[in-house]
Amino acid sequence: MIHVPVRTWMSVVLLAAAIAVLIAIPDFVETFTLMQFTLFSAMAVLALSLGFIWGYGGILSFGQTAFFGLGGYAYAVSVLNLGESTEAIAIAIALPAVFAAFLGYFVFYGRISDVYLGVITLTVTLILFNVVNATAGDEYRIGNAALGGFNGMPSVPTFNLPGNPSIVLDPTQGWYATGGALIVVYVLLRLLLRSRFGRVAIAVRENETRASLLGYDPRLIKLGVFVIGGAIAGLGGALYVNWGAFVSPTIFALSLSAEIIIWVTVGGLGTLIGPVVGCFLIQYLDSQIGTQQTFNSNLALGAILIVFVLLLPQGLIPTIRTIASRLVRLRPASGNATESAAKQPVGAAR
Amino acid sequence: MRLPRRSVLKATLSASAALASPAIFTGRAFGANEPILVGSLHDQSGPIAASGVPMVDSLILAIEEVNAAGGLLGRPLKLVHYDTQSNIQMYSQYAQQLALKDKVAVVHGGITSASREAVRPTFDRFKVLYFYNTLYEGGVCDRNTFCTGTTPAQTVEKLVPYAMKKAGKKAYIIAADYNYGQITAKWMTKYAKDNGGEIVSVDFFPLDVTNFGPTISKIQAAKPDLLLSALVGGNHTSFYRQWTSAGMKAQIPIASTTFGLVNEPSTLDEKESDGVLGSYGYFEELTTPASTSYVKKLKAKFPDIPYISELAAATYEGFYLWVAGVKAANSIDRDKVVAALEGGISYDGPSGKVVLDHATHHAIRNAYLAVAKDKKWSVLETYEQQKPLDTAGVCDLIKKPTDNQQYVIKI
Amino acid sequence: MDLALIIALDVVNGAASLVLLCLGLAIIFGMMRVINLAHGEFVMLGAYATVISANAGLNIWIAMLVVAPVFVGVVGIVIERCLIRFLYGRLVDTMLATWGLSLLIVGLVTTLYGNTIKGVPTPLGGFSVGAYKSSYYTLFLAAVALIMLALVYVVMRRTRFGLVARATMQNPGMAATLGVNPSRIYMMSFGIGSAITGLAGGLLAPVSGVVPTMGAAYVAKAFITVVGGGSAILAGTASSSALFGLINQLGSYFTTPVFGEVILFISAIILIRILPQGISERFFKGSL
Repeated sequence: MIHVPVRTWMSVVLLAAAIAVLIAIPDFVETFTLMQFTLFSAMAVLALSLGFIWGYGGILSFGQTAFFGLGGYAYAVSVLNLGESTEAIAIAIALPAVFAAFLGYFVFYGRISDVYLGVITLTVTLILFNVVNATAGDEYRIGNAALGGFNGMPSVPTFNLPGNPSIVLDPTQGWYATGGALIVVYVLLRLLLRSRFGRVAIAVRENETRASLLGYDPRLIKLGVFVIGGAIAGLGGALYVNWGAFVSPTIFALSLSAEIIIWVTVGGLGTLIGPVVGCFLIQYLDSQIGTQQTFNSNLALGAILIVFVLLLPQGLIPTIRTIASRLVRLRPASGNATESAAKQPVGAAR
Repeated sequence: MRLPRRSVLKATLSASAALASPAIFTGRAFGANEPILVGSLHDQSGPIAASGVPMVDSLILAIEEVNAAGGLLGRPLKLVHYDTQSNIQMYSQYAQQLALKDKVAVVHGGITSASREAVRPTFDRFKVLYFYNTLYEGGVCDRNTFCTGTTPAQTVEKLVPYAMKKAGKKAYIIAADYNYGQITAKWMTKYAKDNGGEIVSVDFFPLDVTNFGPTISKIQAAKPDLLLSALVGGNHTSFYRQWTSAGMKAQIPIASTTFGLVNEPSTLDEKESDGVLGSYGYFEELTTPASTSYVKKLKAKFPDIPYISELAAATYEGFYLWVAGVKAANSIDRDKVVAALEGGISYDGPSGKVVLDHATHHAIRNAYLAVAKDKKWSVLETYEQQKPLDTAGVCDLIKKPTDNQQYVIKI
Repeated sequence: MDLALIIALDVVNGAASLVLLCLGLAIIFGMMRVINLAHGEFVMLGAYATVISANAGLNIWIAMLVVAPVFVGVVGIVIERCLIRFLYGRLVDTMLATWGLSLLIVGLVTTLYGNTIKGVPTPLGGFSVGAYKSSYYTLFLAAVALIMLALVYVVMRRTRFGLVARATMQNPGMAATLGVNPSRIYMMSFGIGSAITGLAGGLLAPVSGVVPTMGAAYVAKAFITVVGGGSAILAGTASSSALFGLINQLGSYFTTPVFGEVILFISAIILIRILPQGISERFFKGSL
């Protein structure tokens, strides 16, 4: 892809705007709203991980929560044992990545694809849920950390300043860490997609056979994408635990797995900003629905999702882009191959 | 407009207090008519809603009663309720909302132990008084938290020997595979052994198991005299039906610490539920005047309420204990109310007299034992003023007020 | 010996329940590649239809065997017309829509009937094998599962609708060229799949806890079974149900129920790894 200067320039402006928002928000909102944003950002990191592997790698993982949960538990266990959060965060990224490498090897080198892949990742999540759930009781502890079964691990130490465990981040600093991590992950993924690896990954998604005929090993590429996705989800898990100072097996639950897929779909598959927007939107909706008493929460959320699918089948961001380009007619249609071709990476139509 | 002299007086007093200490009351207007906010976190949708709905109903009734009687400290009460949607993350989120945004005076809520453990640190951190009104496995030791439901030492200790005396010494335990089930199974084992009994086997089930065929065969092979159950939730209700359809119901009696907590006796068929023994801190069928009037009021207000169990009653009592504490402290300030509640506050509620124990922050309350009959509970035994001895063994907030954890009680 | 017989019955029971739960899903998924995340809620609707009509005084057998499948079949057709038909070929959107649908149905049923409902007792009695007891209902479930398999086989193999449906499955474009209306076939198949799922719900109603959220316990297992079975609706579902039923029940009996579940999941993963296209692609190629 030839870099259109305008786009690069715009990206820099948007990035600067995002950083400005990140820094300014604590001055404008109260602590509660800030903590809510912190949560949404942690979840958005998770949404990005799926948006990346699904939208750009064509890998529909039903079990992205497996890595998210592993990251959360890895963080909680290591911070309780090390007494310091910096290494714990590193472990929370590394462990899910290693796990993703094993699982990815097993899956991609077995030439498992499509819905079978989804079912395997789903099953792995269910196994983790069942296993962690069964760890109530004092005998299940790793070092200082009791796993706590279904009740989970309460009062997990939150992030501290690197190298200084006595200085724990306050909610504002926690927001900087989480929102900052989201921006960093987003920028890194953008850069990655512009690199050679990123372009090959998209090529593999578009046509595996053709990519392999051109001399690339689709299995290796997919494995790479999957591992990166796992690492990002793991980071999301650590950020999530930092937000609530708490981790429990419901982090592996099927409902959360499905919810991530919803975030990505609502925001727009095949974009990076889409999953983030979808995540913020749906999370906000979830929390608003619980404050009203008129309708059953399930009823309201279900109705909204259905209406959404029928009205905005492409997802939010692609729809907005289509409308914007129709209105402005500035952007040439060709510059956007990634987005337009990415609507259905998983071969659904036969 | 005519104001009662008293409240005018109070308003003036508080206004001058506000003037005298402007630094304290900067955030929020403070006056006689400003309602006191009472937070509520209960599941109103999802699998746990069946437990949560009667708890909120009970809380709404109690608040209306207090308001009808002129409010608290001359101020009306207002409920701030959030539906946690059977989702632990929502508990954390709304806990922050209640503490930071709504700035409520107290929070009643939490159903599963997992939900309690998710919100407890938040309320500690932001200094919001917290009441947990559900029966649970025991062991929470936290000066900011009051647990008003029963714990195993109050119910299981009665149930197991009673059932063993009726059925025999050989018991088989089936329980839900999470903390409550596992810890309750340990208590069952302990009380069975203390009374000269024997446990043949203990089986745990994930909450989504619906097919109990293999287990029923296994129990038949083990030939126990008695089945002790701590199964939880709608899926596990399947067990009682499959057990009956296999013709085992008449063979081996069941005693349970969870059966009937929602409304199992009325949703199951008589032949599936008759004869099951249960022990809780409250049964709707209690005939004391306090109980019948509570049941009548709640059913008049919420005709759809399926059954009023300990969950609803303990919520009602927990709320009134807090009201008593506020009255005694003459303030809604957390530290003052906690100190007042620790001074032996009691309330005569639907289940009888409930006293808060200073050392454990748990309730000393009556326990009852009943048998399911014709879709209802028939109360057989009353055990007056049972102490939370399990938690008392590990937790002493008089000696160590800064203690803050859930102990795993060594059994 | 008696014990072995009882355990064998457990296995048959487990497999039969799986067949009933999965057959409808297999038809919908195998036919239209629609991932129906509301599958569990269809089961729940079947159970509710049975419970409500039986409580209203209807004969329990009619409630289970007629009301449940007819009601859920009709619901399925309505949903197909109003929602699913706009989404064919869009796997992702169907997932989103059916997830929303599952929430909506749970919310609707809760709003209408509350969080709990009076159940129906299990019909038929129990019988003894030596010192052990089991229920006739277990045998009845197995019989219905076999009948359903046979029925679907006959419809697919021997009727004109079956022929057209199989043709549409293989190549909707070609079928359309030959004058078939694929949209109609899809609607019928979705209805039939829903009806079978509703029947499963009706049959499970007397032996399970009927609550609005009961569907959640079934959806993951049903999916794993259907995908593990592969693309042949009948042979795949039957073989993977038998296999997973066996593994789960024996696992639960000889270890603990927790490990029974875990062993089931692990074996599902291994199965898909060894046979990436499901059992039927490997052993029953070309069958139904």
